[in-house]
Formats: sequence, C-alpha cells, structure tokens
Amino acid sequence: MDTRVLKRKLGLKERYAAMTRGLGWETTYQPMDQVFPYDKYEGIKIHDWDAWQDPFRLTMDAYWKYQGEKERKLYAVIDAFAQNNGFLGVSDARYVNALKLFIQGVSPLEYYAHRGFAHVGRAFRGEGARVACQMQSIDELRHYQTETHAISTYNKYFNGMHHANHWFDRVWFLSVPKSFFEDACTAGPFEFLTSVSFSFEYVLTNLLFVPFMSGAAHNGDMSTVTFGFSAQSDESRHMTLGIECIKFMLEQDEGNVPIVQRWIDKWFWRGYRLLTIVAMMQDYMLPKRGLSWKEAWEMYAEANGGALFKDLARYGIREPRGWADACDGKHHISHQAWNTFYNYAAAAPFHTWIPSDEELDWLSQKYPDSFDHYYRPLFEYFRDQQQAGNRFYNKNLPMLCTTCQIPMLFTEPGDPTRICYRESHYEGDTYHFCSDHCKSVFDHEPEKYVQSWLPVHQIYQGHCFKPGVDPTAPGFDPLAAVLDYYELQFGRDNLDFEGSEDQRNFARWRSGAA
Amino acid sequence: MSNVFIAFQANEEARPIVEAILADNPGAKVDRSPALIKIDVPHKLTIRRQTIERLTGQPFDLQQIQVNLVTLSGHLDEDDDQFTLSWKH
Repeated sequence: MDTRVLKRKLGLKERYAAMTRGLGWETTYQPMDQVFPYDKYEGIKIHDWDAWQDPFRLTMDAYWKYQGEKERKLYAVIDAFAQNNGFLGVSDARYVNALKLFIQGVSPLEYYAHRGFAHVGRAFRGEGARVACQMQSIDELRHYQTETHAISTYNKYFNGMHHANHWFDRVWFLSVPKSFFEDACTAGPFEFLTSVSFSFEYVLTNLLFVPFMSGAAHNGDMSTVTFGFSAQSDESRHMTLGIECIKFMLEQDEGNVPIVQRWIDKWFWRGYRLLTIVAMMQDYMLPKRGLSWKEAWEMYAEANGGALFKDLARYGIREPRGWADACDGKHHISHQAWNTFYNYAAAAPFHTWIPSDEELDWLSQKYPDSFDHYYRPLFEYFRDQQQAGNRFYNKNLPMLCTTCQIPMLFTEPGDPTRICYRESHYEGDTYHFCSDHCKSVFDHEPEKYVQSWLPVHQIYQGHCFKPGVDPTAPGFDPLAAVLDYYELQFGRDNLDFEGSEDQRNFARWRSGAA
Repeated sequence: MSNVFIAFQANEEARPIVEAILADNPGAKVDRSPALIKIDVPHKLTIRRQTIERLTGQPFDLQQIQVNLVTLSGHLDEDDDQFTLSWKH
C-alpha cells in the first residue's frame, strides 16, 4: 500500500506572496507611464510597490470561499424574513423611514464605490494594490445588490422606495451623498483611496454600520441587521486596506506627508458632513432606542479615531483640521437635521414626525447640554402648531453649501444660536459655505467646485421640470412641478407619518384585518 | 494607552472566538448590544488559533473569522497561528 505523503502547504504569508506578486510585468511596447498614466500626477512618490501588504493576506481563492459563505448565510435570512412577513415584526412603521433613506442615499454609494475601485484598481502599477482594489470593487457591488434585495421586501408594502435610483440623480438632499462620491471618483487614484478607504471606511463607516445596525436588530429588523453586518465584515477588510494605504504612502516618501494631510483634512470633513443624515437616523428614526449619536460619536470617532491619529503622529500626521468642530457638533447635528427635514417634509420621499413625549425625554437625557435649551422647545412648538391645524411645510428653497451641498442648517462652532455662513469669491461670482472647512475645500480647488450641480440653483434655472412645462403659465406651482419631475407621489411618499398610507396600512396589517 | 477593539455578530460561530480572546487577553472588556459583541483591550489584542481549537475540538482556520467579523481597529498582523491588532503609540 502506498503511503500518501502530505505535501506541506505554504503558510499564509508565503501563499499571499505567491498569489499577489509577480503578476505584473514591465511593459515593452509602451512605456509604463503611458500604460499607467494616473498614478504619478497627484505628486505621490512610490519607490517600491512591493512594500504594499494586505495585512489580511487574503488571496483570491480564500476571498471567493468566504464571500460565498457570507452570501449563503445572508440569503437564508433574507428569504426567511420575506417568507414570514418579517416586516410585520418591526417595532413601529416609522422605523421603515430609516430604510427609505438607506435605499435612497446609502445603497447608491455602494455602487459608486464599486465603480471607483474598479477604476483605481486599473490605475496602480503595483499588483498588491490592484488585487486589493479588485476585491473591494466586487465587495461594493455585492453590498449594492444585497441591500437592494433585503429592502425589496419592504418596497412591496411601503411607499418611498419605489424609485430610489431615479431620485438619487434628482432629489435635492440626495445630491449630498452623490456629490461626495463624484468628488472622490473624479480625484486621482491616491486621493480616491484616502477619501474612501481611509477617511470614509476607516474613520467613519463604523458610525453607520455598527450602532445603526445594532439599532435595527433592536427594532426587530432581522433582514437589515444581517445585510448590514454582512457588508460590515467586508468593511473590516476595507478599513485595513485604508490604514495600510495611508501608511504605505507615508512610508514611501517624506514628500507625500503634506499631500496626504491635506486629503485627510478634506475627506474627514466631507465624510463627517455626509454622516449628518446618519446622526438623524440614529436619534430620531429608531423607535426603540439604543446608543445616541453622541455616544456613538464618542465611542467610534473620538476614542477610536483619536487613537488612530495619535498613532499616525509618528509620520508627522495630525488630527484633521475639522476635528474639534466635528466633536462640538455631536451635541447638535442630529437635531438640526431633523428640524430641517420636518420643515421640508413636503419635498422629500419619506415621512417625518415630532417625537413622542417619551422620546423627547430620551433626547433630553442623552443631550443634557443642548436638547432642552435649543431643540425641545422648537419641537414642542411645532407639535402645538400641528395639533392646532397649522402644520407648516416650508416651500421655499434653502441656500446650499457649494461644497457639501447641505442646506445652511449648521450653527457656528461654540454658538448654537447663530447659523454659520462663509463665502468665497471666484472669477466674479460669490460662493456660499456652511463652515470654514467646506470653504477651505473649495478655496483649494475652485475650478472643480464651481461645476457643482446644486439642486436649488438647478431648480431656479428651470432644469428640474418635465419637458414641456411652462413656468410662466398662470397659477404655476413650482414645487408641484419639481415633485412631478422627481416622480414623487404627493401625499403618499412625502408629508407627515401621522395620517400617511404607511401608518394606516401597518396598523391594519398588524391588527390582522387584512 | 489607547484601546484596540474587535466586534463580531452575536452568534454561535463567534462564541468560541470571543471565549478565546477573553482567555488570552487579560484586561479584555466585553460590550454586548443587540446582535453585536464588541471586545476592547488596552493597546493589543491577540486571537490564537490553538485556543479556539482547544475550545471547540475542531481544526480552525483563522481566516474563518471573516465570516462573522463586524469591525476592528488598530494595525493588523495575521499569520496561520495568530491574529493581532495593536497600536504603535
């Protein structure tokens, strides 16, 4: 009988080297700089591409194996949830509005990230970086698909989800996430990695995918928590790529340090502004409460981000410029955003409400330094007005920040009674900003940001009406014409939760009358 | 000294991983929230393959932790026997 001799397998480190190195070659028909035309112009100098290491040392074979396993687990849950009418088990139908924001504003970003990584993966001449970008590109496509599948069961029963892709390209507040990714995707490949892999994935996505998803579980939404954590397991790899990419640039050449610092300043602030909507989801749209936005910020941004920047100090990197202002904002931004959406609820495809007394008490307790003084009286006043039959929907268009595209709703750091306004002048025009940091992003590259597609400007210029609409016709209602262009169904997709079709349906289904 | 952390889905596959971390890392602090287990350790956290194998009586490939991993912080060093997160400051 033959004795089988077991061949000793390669260890993890050797396996990674064998499967990610030597895949490239020096081109001979064309110079390398023409084959890879984008990886030098940003000024980042790389002397040794082989110094790039994926600390997970994930090779393609292992990647497919574990991703396959994640998908099987996830789809078992999604199927079970749909088959058993799991949506009836959520805490309260108001919760579903958080999912509307997710499919409208977050899932399309996964698709942008997929395209962005496919593009930069082609741009790098180092094979290790190319393999990592290729995996991330596939991950992001998976996230877009699984989020769409998981939320599709809700779309069968609730309004506000039927036209998410159409809205993403048109609806005023969705230009905030869209412009973030278009800014990143139109930057060079190293800036893209700093923006998405480092600032967004490493410093900020925990705030979206960890406390919010745990909150979804707390609210009985098994489907969402499962896609959230399944996506976040990939994010752990992406975060590791983000920190690796920063260290790689900083270690390769001292001249890279100031370039990277400027990108960190810019993209930390862009990402922080983008998360305003997540702050609002966390504090206002999870009927069963868990962590407040402020607590999540302290845990994931201040403690963990603080540790990261202490660690990067040895390369000469400091905290992002907007750090102190962002930490000051933890007391305010969720309330300021909810106030804004409550005012503009006629123009957005989801429902708003004034929190119940119990929920207001929770906010008072979680925000002892700000809520009772600045925000609670406002919400109580709105409630009194609504109950007296004077619910006011603001139909004027707000001034937007040219950089982050958010309406001017943020207050001065240190003074929550004054709206923060900044402006810059460029080639005879005046541009407006919500903060010093958004202004500084513009001032560094005005020729880029003067091209911003600002929804309010576009509406005033007449670009957001359906063909054939005549704004000079007697009795013309501009808001109605814009909502028609959005294909938003007035009275079903928008306005208050109180009195909505979602509210009526859910109550009827829960009581078993249907 | 800053903490590093790692978080897993709260499920049966993650249980022996969490137990192994608690056994191998004195000072580890567990924080449980719905569906999630987060473990913080000052400065450095190590997951050892052998400890997990001893707890479950089965062979374990450390890359399997990817399936139930939710998030982590710190610099990662991984080989066939250990998975370590640490800060360098």
